[in-house]
Formats: sequence, structure tokens, C-alpha cells
Amino acid sequence: MKKDLSKKDGTSEKGTLGEVLESRGVSRRSFMKFCATTASMMALPPVMIPMIAKALENARRPSVIWLSFQECTGCTESLTRAHTSSIESLIFDSISLDYHHTLQAAAGTAAEAAREAAMEENFGNYLLVVDGSIPLGNPGYSTIAGISNLEMLTESAKGAAAIIAVGTCATYGGIPHANPNPTGAVSVKDIITDKPIINVPGCPPIPVVITGVLAHYLTFGSLPELDHIGRPKAFYGQSIHDRCYRRPFYDKGKFAETFDDEGARKGWCLFKLGCKGPTTYNACATTKWNGGFSWPIEAGHPCLGCSEPDFWDGGGFYKALSMPTENLSQTAVYAAAGAAAAGAAIGALNRGKKNASNKIHIKTTIDDLRKD
Amino acid sequence: MTEIELLSWARGPGLQIATIIFVAGVVIRIFEILLLGRKANLAESKGPEMSSGLRTVITRTLPDRTTFKRSSVTIVLGYIFHIGLFIVCFLSAPHILFLRDIIGFGWPSLPTQVIDAVAVVTIIALLATLVNRLTNKVMRYLTNFEDLLTWFLTFLPLVTGYIAFHRIGMTAPTLLAVHILSVELLLVVFPFTKLMHAFTLFIARWYNGAISGYRGVAS
Amino acid sequence: MNTSPFNIHTGSELTWNVQPLLFEVRHALEELLDSGETSIIDLRSIPLAPGEEETILKTLGQGEVHARLSALGPSEIYETRYAGVWLITHYNEEQAIVSRFIEITKIPDILKSQQEDMSSALAELTQALESQELGIQDT
Repeated sequence: MKKDLSKKDGTSEKGTLGEVLESRGVSRRSFMKFCATTASMMALPPVMIPMIAKALENARRPSVIWLSFQECTGCTESLTRAHTSSIESLIFDSISLDYHHTLQAAAGTAAEAAREAAMEENFGNYLLVVDGSIPLGNPGYSTIAGISNLEMLTESAKGAAAIIAVGTCATYGGIPHANPNPTGAVSVKDIITDKPIINVPGCPPIPVVITGVLAHYLTFGSLPELDHIGRPKAFYGQSIHDRCYRRPFYDKGKFAETFDDEGARKGWCLFKLGCKGPTTYNACATTKWNGGFSWPIEAGHPCLGCSEPDFWDGGGFYKALSMPTENLSQTAVYAAAGAAAAGAAIGALNRGKKNASNKIHIKTTIDDLRKD
Repeated sequence: MTEIELLSWARGPGLQIATIIFVAGVVIRIFEILLLGRKANLAESKGPEMSSGLRTVITRTLPDRTTFKRSSVTIVLGYIFHIGLFIVCFLSAPHILFLRDIIGFGWPSLPTQVIDAVAVVTIIALLATLVNRLTNKVMRYLTNFEDLLTWFLTFLPLVTGYIAFHRIGMTAPTLLAVHILSVELLLVVFPFTKLMHAFTLFIARWYNGAISGYRGVAS
Repeated sequence: MNTSPFNIHTGSELTWNVQPLLFEVRHALEELLDSGETSIIDLRSIPLAPGEEETILKTLGQGEVHARLSALGPSEIYETRYAGVWLITHYNEEQAIVSRFIEITKIPDILKSQQEDMSSALAELTQALESQELGIQDT
């Protein structure tokens, strides 16, 4: 008999994920398909599928509050593309998204009141998801319902179990942080220092990476293993270069010189066109985009390095990594010209010194030598 | 400072500073040498100066038999690592790109495996020169701090370049930044050390050939 | 279903993960015969160039069994031309691939009827039969 979990007062079911799925008529077999796909999403080996199944069916649905600050909404867009399918949407059934001001229907004071109520009810246990950077230059640069981003973040972080910073803006400052950073934009980790933070960078991040991190939290109740700048190693442990299918061309020295030349059409390495793959860590090369359909390099465009801090100021998307970012030839010419002038001056001075010392030179004669 | 900030600095302001010091240093020193001039030779010249000088610049590339017998280890190792450095610096794709950005044109590169092999051989040769310098009695007697410094500054970019390429140890942006910074260090110290021989060798060889030619003897 | 419409030419130099993967399948099949140990390989976890996944699938081919699953979207389950080697592709309701596995087993677990589903089915069937007997409309 299927359990009936719909409460009479209309609030969301707070049973375990297993109970929720059962109440919705999701068969065990479907649940297995979901677990297998989730394991694949989380880049976990297939042998862990039974363990994931067990953990997920017993997982309690955490309350999730999503705050959007100085962002372009690309991260939410990326995520909602993951939401269109029933498999990945189960992740969202397994969380209780209590506040998301782009996606939710409510607005204004009612919405803010709902957020505050959710935070109070689940104090210490809710997940805070943040996208967008926080302007410190003037709190008025970015506000929601009159509340500045800084204030909303510090308030909301107090009762959060963990914070997931989604997108390069929230993790490292992103495009607002790029030179000259007119709003004084900073990342979540620059403000909150006393809560565990998972950084999920990318411009935007790959949707399954976002859902994979959520799935990990649901399954294990803890943060995944993070690298030295807070990114989950499961997705950001390998560089694009080390996983790129065009790597054999790099190793053989076969490069595309321009877009649409013969090398580009043959699918050769894009290093010379400015690919930042060697210094970028992300899952694009294996997990790919649009449900595994393709990714930038496969489509013929060099990697921008969008999951690394300050990638906007990295010298230009089309300047290869081994190229200087400034105009060195101009520098060299000016330096040579200046040095020529200086060299001529110093040379003249030296000659002068030499001539002067020649003048005061007293010739030694044979008589001087005979003295004893 | 984040890794990418360090890398951006190394590729940007760092390279500019290094270029200025390197170019200015080299140009000033060469001007100084040339402007010092030579003492007027009042004897009558017995042969051509210029052609003998120019020819010597080329022929001095090969050592004569006595010199070779006396310092064969130094000479052979020296050839190996100089040629190796040339191949690694000027015939590897990322470096050609770097130079193309500065001088406006590039040239074909060698495959990675070849560059790899050459780099390894060069590293071994450089290590062998250090061992030779420290074990050979005469070499040890002559060695001073500057010799060891220049050896180290030459060795560092080679090793860090290999490590950066093959991603051993630190994360990628740091590896690349370290390599570029080691090159900048080399450039900055270059004009103040014996590494200037890269430019002065032409002047020195020419001079030797010139004075021999003036006296009408072979050089 | 996942075909590339772009005219990217790939050479034989790119099959650097295809061979190792097929060898892994062979090894797993040997293990299955020797000790009955099953294995699963997640095809999404290995970097594959465009065209390489097709090469793997073509090599494995199709055998005698084809099952279609309708659970949260369709799933296609084939026994490949090599008995004991199964290809499972999960699609979501928009026909996009969400995961793909090669399972080396006598029969993939997902094809078997599940304990919980059977318990629920028993309860339902019992109720359906009871209400039929008593002639009472089911609420």
C-alpha cells in the first residue's frame, strides 16, 4: 500500500526521499534508474550505486534557500535546463526549494517573509545556495526587496548548514570582479568565513555538476572532497587539457592556426587560438554539455577557462597561454632605444675617462728603471 | 594572490620588466664595449681585418685539436646543452607562439616527443657539466659564485618547463607561472653575468680574427 | 540517438580509449565466467572523442535480446553480440541520454522485478481480487 504523505494543510512532504517517491507512484525500478544516473552524474563508480540507493531513499529532504545577487541568471538558466527532465528533476523533488526569487511565483514582502520563516524553521539545517557576486563598493548597487546583498548573505548564512556558491561570480567574483571592478564585487568566501562553502564555478557551471553536488549532499549528508580553492574534486579534479580528446594533436604538434583553416576542420588542437584548457579545471571534457552532446572545444572554440578565478583578466580569450599579455615588442623597442641613448652617453663618458687618464699618464723611461 | 593572478602577472607586467632590464642591459653593455674602441695600431697592416674577423666568427665554432684534447668533456657537454637549449627554446610550439607575438612571424615546430627527448638530454648534459665543474680539480679551483648562479638560472627554466608541460606536482596555473617567472629571473640577471657571452662572443671572435688578419697570419 | 551533425573528421589516431575499454569488457567477461562476478562500466566517465562512442557501440553490436523500459522516460537495454555483455542506455522524457552503462552480467539488475515493487503489487492484486469477490466498488 502506498503511503499517503500529502498533509491536509498543504505544506510539502517532509518524509524521506524514498517515501516521497513511493507516494508519487515512482517504482523501485525507476528509482534504480535514478540512482544509476545520479551515480554517473556524481562521477562515482557504478559499484557505489546500491549504496547511493540506500542513502537516497533514507535521506530527509533538506530545505534549500537560493539567493541571487549580482548575476546574469545564467546559473539558474543552466540549472533549469537540468530540471526539464524527470530524472534530474527528482533531485529537486528531493530538496525543498523554499526560496528562489527568479523561479518562485511569490514576490515582495510575502516572499521575504516566507524566506525568513523557512530559515527560522530549519535553523542550522538548511542549505544556502548563492549565485552572483556581492558588491562591497556601495550596498545600494544590488538589493532585493530593499535589503543589500551583503546583509542578506550574512543574515542567511547564520543558520545554514552549508553554503553552495554556484557560478564563477559567487565563487571568485566573476565578471563584476573583472578589471576595474567598479562595484567592488567580492565572492561568497570573501565574506563568510565560518561556514563550510562548496565552490561550484563555471560560467555557467555544467548543470549536472550543480545537481551532482546537491545529490552528494543528499546521499552522504556532508560536503564532497574539495580542492585547494573549494571546488569538488569529483568534477574539478582534472584539467580540461588532461581529458581533452584533441590532446593527441597537441602532443604531435598539430595545431589549428586560425578558425576554419584546414587544421581547425580536421579537429586539431586549439592551443594557438588561445585555449586555456591547460590551466583550467572542470568536467567539460568528460561530462560535456547539453546532456553530453558536445562542449566548446568539440564545437571548435578554445576553452575560456571559465571555472578559474579572474579568467576575464587572463590576457584575452584568443591569446595563447605561452604568449605575453602585454605588447612586448613595443617594450623591447623602447628599451633598446633608451638603452642606446644611455649606452652612447656612458660610452662617451668612458672614453672621456680613458682620454683623461691617458693625458696624465707619465711615460716610464729607461732612466726610471735604472734607479735603485 | 590567486594562481591565475600570479600567472597573469608573470605573463604581463613581469615579462615587461624582465624585457626592459634585459634589452637595456644588453644594449648598454654592447655600446660600452664598442665605444671603448681600440688603440690605434701604427704598424702597417699585412692583410685584411674585416674578412678575417668575420671568417673567424664562423670558424671558431669548432675547437682546434689541442684545445679539444685538453677540455674534451667540457666542450662536448657544452655543445650538447647549447644545441639542446636552442631546439627547446626555438623549435617548440608554445615558444614559437611567444616569439611570433613579439617579432611578428613564426616557423614550423617539432613534435612534442622530439622536444621532450631533447629536453631530457639537455637536462642530463647540464647536470653533467655541474658534476664536472665540481669534481675536476682545475674547474673547481676556477669556479666562483657567478658560475654556479648562471648554471642554476639556465637549469631552472628547462626543468620547470618540462614539469609544467608534464604536470607533475602543483596545479597547472602555478606550474606555468613558475616556469615563466624562472625565465624572467634569467632575463633580469643575464646582462650582469657571463651569460652576455651570447652576444659578446661575436665581438670577441671578430676581434681575434681581425688582429690576426691585420698581422697577416691565419686565425 | 546522439549523432553529431557537424562534419568533424576524426582520424584513427583518436581511438586511444576505445581499445582499453574493449579490453576491460573482455576482462570482465572472463571474470564473470570464472567467478560469477558482475561488472558495470559507466561510459560517461571516460573521455571519448566524437565518433569513438559510435565505434565502441558498433564493435559490441546487437544480440538476441532487446528490452525497452518505461520508467521516468525510456531506457533501452540490449544484449550485445557478445553474450553476457549488455548495453543499457537511460533516456529522460525529452529523449536525451542521461546515462549509459555497459554491464557484464547474466541479466542486468534493472530488468529483474524489484522486491518492493512486487510487495506493492501483491497488496494491490489482493485488494483488486477482494473487491471483485465482494462486488464492492473500489474507493
